[in-house]
Amino acid sequence: MTTEAPALPREHYLNVAYGWKSWLFTTDHKRIALLYLASVSLAFLAGGVFALLIRLELLTPAGDVVQAETYNRLFTMHGVVMVFFFMIPAIPAVLGNFLIPIMVGARDLAFPRINLLSWYLYVIGGLFAAYSILTGGLDTGWTFYTPYSTVYSNSNVVSAALGVFISGFSSILTGLNFIVTIHKMRAPGLTWFRLPLFVWAHYATSLIQVLGTPVIAATILLVALERVLHLGFFDPTRGGDPVLFQHLFWFYSHPAVYIMILPAMGVISELVAAFSRKRIFGYAFVAMSSLAIAALSFLVWGHHMFISGQSAYAGLVFSALSFLVAIPSAVKVFNWTATLYKGSISFQAPMLYVFAFIGLFTIGGLTGLFLASLGLDIHVTDTYFIVAHFHYVMVGGTTMAYLGGLHFWWPKITGRMYPEWWARLAALMVFVGFNLTFFPQFVVGYLGMPRRYYAYPPEFQVLNVLSSAGATILGAGYVLPMVYMVWSMRYGKIASANPWAAKGLEWETSSPPPTENFPRQPVVEEEAYHYAPDLVVGHGAPSPGAVSHG
Amino acid sequence: MQGFPFFPEQASSFAAQVDHLYIFLVALTAFFTLLIATLIGVFAFQYRRRSEDERPGHVVEPMALEVAWIAVPLAIVVVIFFWSAHLYISMNRVPRNAVDVYVVGKRWMWKVQHLTGQREINELHVPVGIPIRLNLTSEDVIHSFFIPAFRVKKDAVPGRYSVAWFLATKPGTYHLFCAEYCGTKHSGMIGSIVVMEPARFQAWLAGGAAGLSLAAGGQKLFNELACVTCHRPDSQGRGPLLDGLLGKVVKLANGEAVTANEEYIRESIVTPSAKIVAGYQPVMPTYQGLVSEEGLLQLIAYIRTLKGPAGGEAPPAAAAEGPRSPKDQARDVRTQ
Amino acid sequence: MASADPHPALAHHFESLEVQKESATLGMWSFIAQEVLFFGAFLLVYTLHRNLYYPVFEACSHHLDLKLGAFNTAVLICSSLTMALAVHAAAVGKKRQIVAWLLATVLLGSVFLGVKVVEYHQKWEDQLVPGLRWGAAEDVGRELHLQGADVDHAQLYFSLYFGLTGLHALHMIVGIPIILWIAFRAHRGEFDAAYNTPVELTGLYWHFVDIVWIFLFPLLYLIGHH
Repeated sequence: MTTEAPALPREHYLNVAYGWKSWLFTTDHKRIALLYLASVSLAFLAGGVFALLIRLELLTPAGDVVQAETYNRLFTMHGVVMVFFFMIPAIPAVLGNFLIPIMVGARDLAFPRINLLSWYLYVIGGLFAAYSILTGGLDTGWTFYTPYSTVYSNSNVVSAALGVFISGFSSILTGLNFIVTIHKMRAPGLTWFRLPLFVWAHYATSLIQVLGTPVIAATILLVALERVLHLGFFDPTRGGDPVLFQHLFWFYSHPAVYIMILPAMGVISELVAAFSRKRIFGYAFVAMSSLAIAALSFLVWGHHMFISGQSAYAGLVFSALSFLVAIPSAVKVFNWTATLYKGSISFQAPMLYVFAFIGLFTIGGLTGLFLASLGLDIHVTDTYFIVAHFHYVMVGGTTMAYLGGLHFWWPKITGRMYPEWWARLAALMVFVGFNLTFFPQFVVGYLGMPRRYYAYPPEFQVLNVLSSAGATILGAGYVLPMVYMVWSMRYGKIASANPWAAKGLEWETSSPPPTENFPRQPVVEEEAYHYAPDLVVGHGAPSPGAVSHG
Repeated sequence: MQGFPFFPEQASSFAAQVDHLYIFLVALTAFFTLLIATLIGVFAFQYRRRSEDERPGHVVEPMALEVAWIAVPLAIVVVIFFWSAHLYISMNRVPRNAVDVYVVGKRWMWKVQHLTGQREINELHVPVGIPIRLNLTSEDVIHSFFIPAFRVKKDAVPGRYSVAWFLATKPGTYHLFCAEYCGTKHSGMIGSIVVMEPARFQAWLAGGAAGLSLAAGGQKLFNELACVTCHRPDSQGRGPLLDGLLGKVVKLANGEAVTANEEYIRESIVTPSAKIVAGYQPVMPTYQGLVSEEGLLQLIAYIRTLKGPAGGEAPPAAAAEGPRSPKDQARDVRTQ
Repeated sequence: MASADPHPALAHHFESLEVQKESATLGMWSFIAQEVLFFGAFLLVYTLHRNLYYPVFEACSHHLDLKLGAFNTAVLICSSLTMALAVHAAAVGKKRQIVAWLLATVLLGSVFLGVKVVEYHQKWEDQLVPGLRWGAAEDVGRELHLQGADVDHAQLYFSLYFGLTGLHALHMIVGIPIILWIAFRAHRGEFDAAYNTPVELTGLYWHFVDIVWIFLFPLLYLIGHH
């Protein structure tokens, strides 16, 4: 290995063309990934500002910072923006778009123009949501429960619903693109069980995106129509049933949370392998667990409705199935931990995010068991316990993985390294801030503080103050990477093709890659994460030799 | 407030059981989190990279290990499922001697009616040691009746009746919250549950403007709305006889049979054409908008008092009428 | 490796025409799977309400014009036939026939839409369009032979009628220009025996739209008919 400083490749996907047209009309999956990076970062900022305002109001028991109507819009828009415009697209549309073609050895996704269309649909959906926010906001909660949303709310339900509807098609088309790419465009020698686990995770996610999202599309369309035309499907005074809406809504929205977590798990698998320089323990089990989660995710939606009026028998069935869906997630956590055994572990920022993820996801996931427990869920549902649970998995889980992945692949995406010590500081701030924000919410939730409360009894104040203090630290921890990542694009140390000495097709090409990803289509002759050529895997055959280019 | 509590007060018969399950799950979560964190900490330290070109060690991946860490969590969750399901079933099974209370949620208040006629807003007085069955509905959007100290919560859904029950074990005043977002004053839709010793509760019942009992109020409405024109006790009317209706199996014109419960009666008043009794014409007009949710509850309470084929009797608003069969006595306790 | 010049239709990111064709086909099937779930959600809402209010649904169904509905069903099935013939013509490379059969499909599809316009107009005249033009309760009741709350529930039926047939019509309105575009490409000689996937996949889409109608017709028009 030479010791001269790496230089950027002469031509790569970023400098091959300049100007706004080369971006807005691109079909290069890598550029589209960056378009998404910009948009989801904007969404994250907006959602984050709403969150800070919420926590500001909750510093004191009385409602004294904003009015009740405003507060109701704040928590609703925080949820809508974060769920539909950050959490669902972030990892798939940024990291998935960038990496999947490269990881399978292809030049692009199967349908590059549809990929661009996906981004435009996301933007248009976002514009509808922005319009809804700027002209008065939405106050139904991100869950749009009827008949409040269809009959009683005085807020911008229709424009927000249309925003969600349109952005849903962005998600569907992304999933469709990934499914076809992974099935049909793998390089020679790249069998299914040689795929990186990142690809497996996105494949499972895409199945959910394609099959689940149409149902929320239909449901939210019905809500908009019912509101405008005063139909009666969800209105008991016209022969409808409000609980029908809940069934339809959660049939998608539960699998949706697995759209949010599965890609994150894929990222974690890649990072654990790279920073232990070891094959993921139990590769096949981790791969299959993604599919198991995707399948089971469609069978548990009723656990959001244990007290809504569904029958006790339905409750028992949904409870049992909800316990089952915890098992494949546990399998992953154990396998990641086992991967560290006898590995060669380093502690750069991405790995710090991995440690945070595993710890926080374990807590968040296990608190899911509390909610699957029927007798206990009655007490904690609709309280801050739920809020804490889903923030542990979505923020402590997915967002940590997103940041870890962004840091890990940053040199590949930009050709530059981020500043390591600032990154470690940010990771630490995020970890501390996160726990301080959300752990007290478990406690105050069990004590009985309901969610979506703008004012609360004084005995809950101490815990709320702790939570709000944490939110400030968390917010600062998030702002830091936004600043130094942008800084690094111009001033960061230039990265080599493989600064981590990691295995994977993406590291076999330059940083940044050329538009066509590889000068020639690679031919794959070894297993994933082939860090030790002489290693005999527990139940596989050794595969000698390195990746060759055909 | 003593120290820093992690639990609300345990003021109902199942609060402690809920807390026990919770504590077990907290311990389980702490155990596995610490286990994973420790393993990661130990491995990260022991196998930290010491030189750039070190190779990972030889590791066997035994299938038995994978099976073990599928089987053990599976066994654990099966245990938790049965434990929580058992708790849930007992929380769902309303005791036969439960006293009914009727709750109507409305933006943004809770309207409570006792069978004996007391009405409360955002407050519910109950005696200690007697099971109370909450009959919940809503006038507008979905609300949720939540008493943290009792560990009880149930949605109040417009257009249907939902049921929850509790048995208060400690006198005191406890928070009542609305737990389903319902608009502007959702966080203002709060109140108190006041649990009293039986003697004090009787005193509270006796004092204050009681008004008509639920059933007497229903009889008044029944006459005001002229229901008796068609639903005549001598079965000469155009409408079916209502005596002994609650709990009876009714044959419909389309051949189906339904059990007449509270929701059936409510539907028959609000949407009469939904189910036509066999042998009768669909001529009943709808009373939607003409009767409030509380009025509907009063009518149902009245209909409940109409006795079997022996003919109608006045509702028990006055003094006791003489020896009654144990079954009737039990029914009296329920309707009071 | 490719032995001769790549086929002009081969996109730059595919290694071979074979991969491109398989990808496009899998993509279209995935898209159809998604559509099944989209329509499926509405059909679930339909099924639930039909079960709840069967007599009302039956009465409303009898109000629809069965002759027009049956005619439209026949028209759409014929259009699937002409589409299948177009696909076959593409497979054997008969350019003129591809265009002719595709245009026939468009014609039949347009007839279908025209009949739907007539039907929708009738409903408008009868004041049976929920939310936009729904008559007074007595008038609607007289029209449909219903009374009381059943008139409200009839709104549910007609909402579903317009919703389902409207969504279906939307899919045809999107499909027809696509067919015309494919016909234009066929006219330009873009398809041959080696490459006719766009025609095939348009056919797949059109057949799906047809199948949706074959579900909608009995569900909406034939309730209670024996």
